[in-house]
Amino acid sequence: MNSSEWLQTILFFIILLSLTKPIGIFMAHVYQGERTFLSPVLVPFERLIYRICGVRTEEDMDWKRYATSMLFFNLMLFGALFVMLLTQHLLPLNPQNIPAFPWQQALNTAVSFTTNTNWQSYSGEQSVSYFTQMTGIAVHNFVSAATGMAIVIALIRGFVGRKTSIIGNFWVDMTRGTLYILLPFSMIAAIFLVSQGVIQNFNAYKTVPLVQMTASHREVTIPMGPVASQEAIKELGTNGGGFFNANSAHPFENPTPLSNFVEMLLILLIPAGLTHTFGLMVGNPRQGWGLLAAMLFLLLSAFGTLQWAESNGNPLVAKMGVSGVNMEGKDVRFGLAGSSLFTVSTTGTSCGAVNTMHDSLTPIGGMIPLSLILTGEVVFGGVGSGLYTMLAFSIIAVFVSGLMIGRTPEYLGKKIEVREMWISILVILTAGVSVLVLSGIAMVTPSAIASMANPGAHGLSEILYAFASMSNNNGSAFAGLNANVNFYNLFGSAAMLLGRYVPAVAVLAMAGSLAEKKHTPPSLGTLPTDRAPFVVWLTLVIIIIGALTFFPALALGPIVEQLMMAGRA
Amino acid sequence: MKDIKPAILLFIIFTIICGGIYPAVVTGLANVLFPNQANGSFITDRRGKEIGSALIGQPFSAPKYFWPRPSATSDFGYNTMDSGGSNAGPTNPVYLQTVSDRVKALRDTGVSGKVPADLVQASASGLDPHITPESALLQVPRIATARGISEERLRKAINDGIEERQLGFMGAPRVNVLVLNLELDRLSQ
Repeated sequence: MNSSEWLQTILFFIILLSLTKPIGIFMAHVYQGERTFLSPVLVPFERLIYRICGVRTEEDMDWKRYATSMLFFNLMLFGALFVMLLTQHLLPLNPQNIPAFPWQQALNTAVSFTTNTNWQSYSGEQSVSYFTQMTGIAVHNFVSAATGMAIVIALIRGFVGRKTSIIGNFWVDMTRGTLYILLPFSMIAAIFLVSQGVIQNFNAYKTVPLVQMTASHREVTIPMGPVASQEAIKELGTNGGGFFNANSAHPFENPTPLSNFVEMLLILLIPAGLTHTFGLMVGNPRQGWGLLAAMLFLLLSAFGTLQWAESNGNPLVAKMGVSGVNMEGKDVRFGLAGSSLFTVSTTGTSCGAVNTMHDSLTPIGGMIPLSLILTGEVVFGGVGSGLYTMLAFSIIAVFVSGLMIGRTPEYLGKKIEVREMWISILVILTAGVSVLVLSGIAMVTPSAIASMANPGAHGLSEILYAFASMSNNNGSAFAGLNANVNFYNLFGSAAMLLGRYVPAVAVLAMAGSLAEKKHTPPSLGTLPTDRAPFVVWLTLVIIIIGALTFFPALALGPIVEQLMMAGRA
Repeated sequence: MKDIKPAILLFIIFTIICGGIYPAVVTGLANVLFPNQANGSFITDRRGKEIGSALIGQPFSAPKYFWPRPSATSDFGYNTMDSGGSNAGPTNPVYLQTVSDRVKALRDTGVSGKVPADLVQASASGLDPHITPESALLQVPRIATARGISEERLRKAINDGIEERQLGFMGAPRVNVLVLNLELDRLSQ
């Protein structure tokens, strides 16, 4: 890394960490219904929404009602987008006369956006009308993010509650998350992105003559659209579905190094802030900082490894007399550090936006985003989902260390018992099992194998990445894989649904069970979970679980490819 | 079930706010504050006709123009209707042959020494408007011969066209190929 890249990276983390506390405090106020600087403007709106919808703010829900509300709401969102994709040719704001989706792809896409995955088996500029982008996909970007945040807030209430069955009101949490957090931040971010060159209009696509015309190509058609408003929430809500096929590599989505910097910040902002919200709500901010430290360590290690692997370049290309870093699948303006940091930020969270084509990374480089996804996206993690997965890891870490030192495991004053362990394991292993089983099925399905774009070990990596991405609701891809075939559209939908709703409902059940327990004050025998030794232990538990589950698969994919590449160089 | 009503109504309200009001307000503000950027940062010629976006690369293959990065978009390079990268894996033999052919094509124009990676490896967007300054300088002798302009003037044009790191440290230094080629056409007139 040159000095500019160091400066850019260090400044990024300084800004991120200095925003963590204020954002965390703000979100804690919002979800606890306390006054914030936005209250004078938004409280009347909030009350109006409750009155129209018949929501009674004082009416709290137990976990079952919270979970059924969440599931029903998500089912409705899915249905609306599914129908919209099948009928977009009949709907307004479609200047390019884009046709309807086939049902298999509509199913996959509607599941994808409802589950905050944003896996895309279509190309945005060719397949989606402005109306669908704006009132379908962008709305899902807000709502699926708010859902994830609501679930983690309910879990935190479970830790805080004492002998109660109540974990909050789903409708209130959804409204507050959207109105106070997602909308205002997106608005500011969108305007800033336009200043950098992200487009925002409803014009028809523009045809311009080429400067150098050839016999076969005299002009190109440049797509337009309301991009900035979607780009902002796409990053902020760790959604990641690109307006265009090239996603955040497209110059109209990410035109400058500064827009790239801001987009990376947006991806990590809420997940980082939520750790502090958690610390504040459980009454000990150090608990939150501890989790943040573990996340930060993993993110920096991933970034360092990726940056190293890519800066070495591709030895098979270097042999041809080519100098420099691996530039395949990277745009010049971001610089290597801007590409690498974006790649780890988007896969450590459940974002999945890309400014670099992960399929073209060097083998070890490509293993980094894959590993970040496979370990459950806890390196800052998706909005809400990252923190609740991290808390499940914490519970496992507490339990295992409790066994080792012979104490009753307790976390944040709550006894960890069989039920909590079952749920934590469900949260962490659902996606893992889904990845391995579905990748296995793909390897014996001819139509699934025919979708590979690259031969050999790399093809296995493509399939592994696809199911890792869908099962963990990430949405990025080793995009050479042709995912628009029935196999991936249908099995992928199943992976996304399992990966989202099994953990989500399990977490809510855990919230309910924790809330009913009495609070045990810390005693001499309690393992302190806000100290460095626990943070180190937690980090190890994450790495060990990830390594044990996936090492065999990674060995056959990226590691074999790396060895073959080194052997031929 | 009493939660059906809030579910339906809240969904409608969110769709109106997040899917209607929010993008409309952003569009309104963007077009007042940054009308050029909001509409695609188009470059116009002297008669005010739009000749391309400063942010979107175009294909160039004639010896008299600076060549941009390879583009892996379908049908033809820099196809704006299908942005994206090659997604070629680093050990894919077909990909390695492609890169080798690109290196050879450059060698055929008299390039010696190391070839910068950005000039033979395809971009992520397929529409990358930039190349590194080294990749531009590498092409100077070919263009000077094709146009009959001195290498000195070409180097100056490149130097004047370098976009430095943003704020001094963000991203990478680069030159915009479309802008530079329009400048070449102006110089030759």
